[in-house]
Amino acid sequence: MMETLLDAFPTLALLAWEPPGWGANLMRGLGNSLQIALGAYALGLLIGTFGAFGKLHGGPVTRDLLAIYTTVVRAVPELVLILILYFAVTDLVNQGMVAMGYARVQVSGVAAGIAVLGVVQGAYSVEVIRGAIMAVPAGQLEAAKAMGMPPLKTAWRITLPLMLSNAIPGLANLWLIATKDTALLAIVGFAELTLQTRQAASSTKAFLTFFLAAGILYLLVTLLSGVIFGRIEKWARRGQRNHGAGQ
Amino acid sequence: MKNLMLTTIAVLSLGTAAMAETIKVGIASEPYPPFASPDAAGNWVGWEVDMIGAVCKAAELDCVITPVAWDGIIPSLTSGQIDAIMASMSITADRMQTIDFSDKYYNTPTVVMTAKGSGIAPTDEGLKGKILGVQVSTVHQDYAQTHFKDAEIKLYQTQDEANQDLVAGRIDATQADSIALDAFLKTDAGACCEIVGAVADDKDILGLGVGVGLRKGDDALKAKFNAAIAKIVADGTYEKVSAPYFASSIYGG
Amino acid sequence: MSQSDTPKFWQTHRIVLAMFGAAIVVLCVLFLRWDWLPKYLPLIGEGIWRTLWLLAVTSVLGFLLAIPLGLAQAAGPWYLAGPARVFCTVIRGTPLLLQLWLLYYGLGSLFPQFPAIRQSELWPYLRQAWPYAVFALTISFAGYEGEVMRGAFKGVAGGQLEAARAMGMPRLTILRRIWLPLAIQRALPTLGGETVLQLKATPLVATITVVDIYAVASRVRQDTFIVYEPLLLLAVVYMVITGLIVLAFRWFENRVPSRVA
Repeated sequence: MMETLLDAFPTLALLAWEPPGWGANLMRGLGNSLQIALGAYALGLLIGTFGAFGKLHGGPVTRDLLAIYTTVVRAVPELVLILILYFAVTDLVNQGMVAMGYARVQVSGVAAGIAVLGVVQGAYSVEVIRGAIMAVPAGQLEAAKAMGMPPLKTAWRITLPLMLSNAIPGLANLWLIATKDTALLAIVGFAELTLQTRQAASSTKAFLTFFLAAGILYLLVTLLSGVIFGRIEKWARRGQRNHGAGQ
Repeated sequence: MKNLMLTTIAVLSLGTAAMAETIKVGIASEPYPPFASPDAAGNWVGWEVDMIGAVCKAAELDCVITPVAWDGIIPSLTSGQIDAIMASMSITADRMQTIDFSDKYYNTPTVVMTAKGSGIAPTDEGLKGKILGVQVSTVHQDYAQTHFKDAEIKLYQTQDEANQDLVAGRIDATQADSIALDAFLKTDAGACCEIVGAVADDKDILGLGVGVGLRKGDDALKAKFNAAIAKIVADGTYEKVSAPYFASSIYGG
Repeated sequence: MSQSDTPKFWQTHRIVLAMFGAAIVVLCVLFLRWDWLPKYLPLIGEGIWRTLWLLAVTSVLGFLLAIPLGLAQAAGPWYLAGPARVFCTVIRGTPLLLQLWLLYYGLGSLFPQFPAIRQSELWPYLRQAWPYAVFALTISFAGYEGEVMRGAFKGVAGGQLEAARAMGMPRLTILRRIWLPLAIQRALPTLGGETVLQLKATPLVATITVVDIYAVASRVRQDTFIVYEPLLLLAVVYMVITGLIVLAFRWFENRVPSRVA
């Protein structure tokens, strides 16, 4: 079976794990992609949580600044933002260091990638989390207040669990965007899956084989994430009467 | 807290100063055989990679090879993500306005490659109405836009992709370094094509050979690179590194 | 702009913020390099035109493709619903950049094996990059919007369709006169957002040699070694186009009667 496949498509041998196969390279790229996606997602959630809080409870200046942040980031292509942030942020950090009399620091590719994609993710997270918090029934919060629950405890015990089930579909979507946006880092030369694929394809001229293989890897990540987020949503909705979106 | 952070950074920077100086040498993340390309094991191999090793050893520098996207390699240098560029970058007046260069470490002619029997000459006349593919932000792009005004010019991220489109018949010709195109012609895919000749020289655009790109003002590093290049050329290391790749020296006159 | 019932837009802090913003703009104009602008103005115009053209063509084609994709998933038999579902999942599950490269370079590597393709009448088009860009962006839009249309078709109230059926309306007429308009009306609010996302996807075509506004900015960066100014210009151009899209859809939505229960 394997051999007939190889006879029909000799380029499949290029996907082998050991050199001369490029399989290990692709998996390294996938590892890098996932690492950046996870980091950027976490950073995005952090920004999103504080941003949503700021948009809901902050002063007028905070609210307007956050509005500018989310509007600008969502209006400009990620590719352009990545280029601006990638060069500008490292440049500013280094100019600051030199101005203070210190040596230049080297910003690693991973750190820069996480920071850049995290800022982009943050803008979307703010909106998802804000929407989810606003969808928490007011009666629940009033009940908590009436019972004399302190505000922090209300946030932890009432708002967060109720908000989570609302937010999960949006957050799942954001995670998928994060994994796919890592491909854009190929443009700045970061060795994630898409760039590794392009290098392998260029070197071996087996363009179709490698791009298809990478497509399958991305698809597996998407499908697997779908299963995991489905579980999480089920868990977050435990104890709620209407399962799924009320149709 | 802030003090603590600053102290840590200070210690770190002292630490790097005390060791044999570590610098990041940027290469293009796009494969550019036979100078620098990744192999199936994920290592960067090629003449230029070996040359980086030899130069850094002679300069007593601890060099870390850092792949950067070619079209962002100069901003990466000026913004401090890398400290030097050794990516077959030609020394040109245009680039000298932004960055500095060491002395050259190789110099090869620029040629045009077409499909076999195309009858295209490497002149403006010959390329009139044809589609010429070049790699973006290279001397070849600059040259083609200046001298081949009657050709349609298509820009590629990598020379490999331009070659690929020549094979596919989407472009009529591509202009690049003779060594890089020679290497392509030796592959299976290269059977389609041939080099039709060198372009007329234009030192202002094509430059004075390939040098190490450095930040302006990094004169100490520049002196180190210059001394190291002179040393390896003089003591035969240069020939030894080149022998497995090239039949004749590519140092150029 | 006088709204008496809503809070005043020009509150004190907003005036201060706007002054800050204006100061930043003035600083950018004065201290950054813009001397390259006149020379590249014609190219920039062409680039913007090509971006808008790509956006318009691929959004319209993609939306037309999304209707059957959504309908097949919402109400089609399994042999239509299955492939439509797989198509949407694959498109949404892989990066557009990869799809683009797969189409352009992957297919490009097949051409030499079939000399017939080069002799065919389609070759002058297959030779260029823009058909691949249009195709990739179209199926991408169709994949995302097909998912939206699936929900929209499913969400149309059953009573409406039953009423039409009870009146003896033929099935195709029901689809044309009742189901489709109601579904599009439901999908309209997301359509603006999807179009903005599509705009943000267009710069990727620069990587397969299509010269859109992003490619023009890259060219400026490479010709002049100026890093930030062309990128800032790009950001402004995309923000303006996004603003126009949002306004256009708001105007459009206001014209469509929306009395949804």
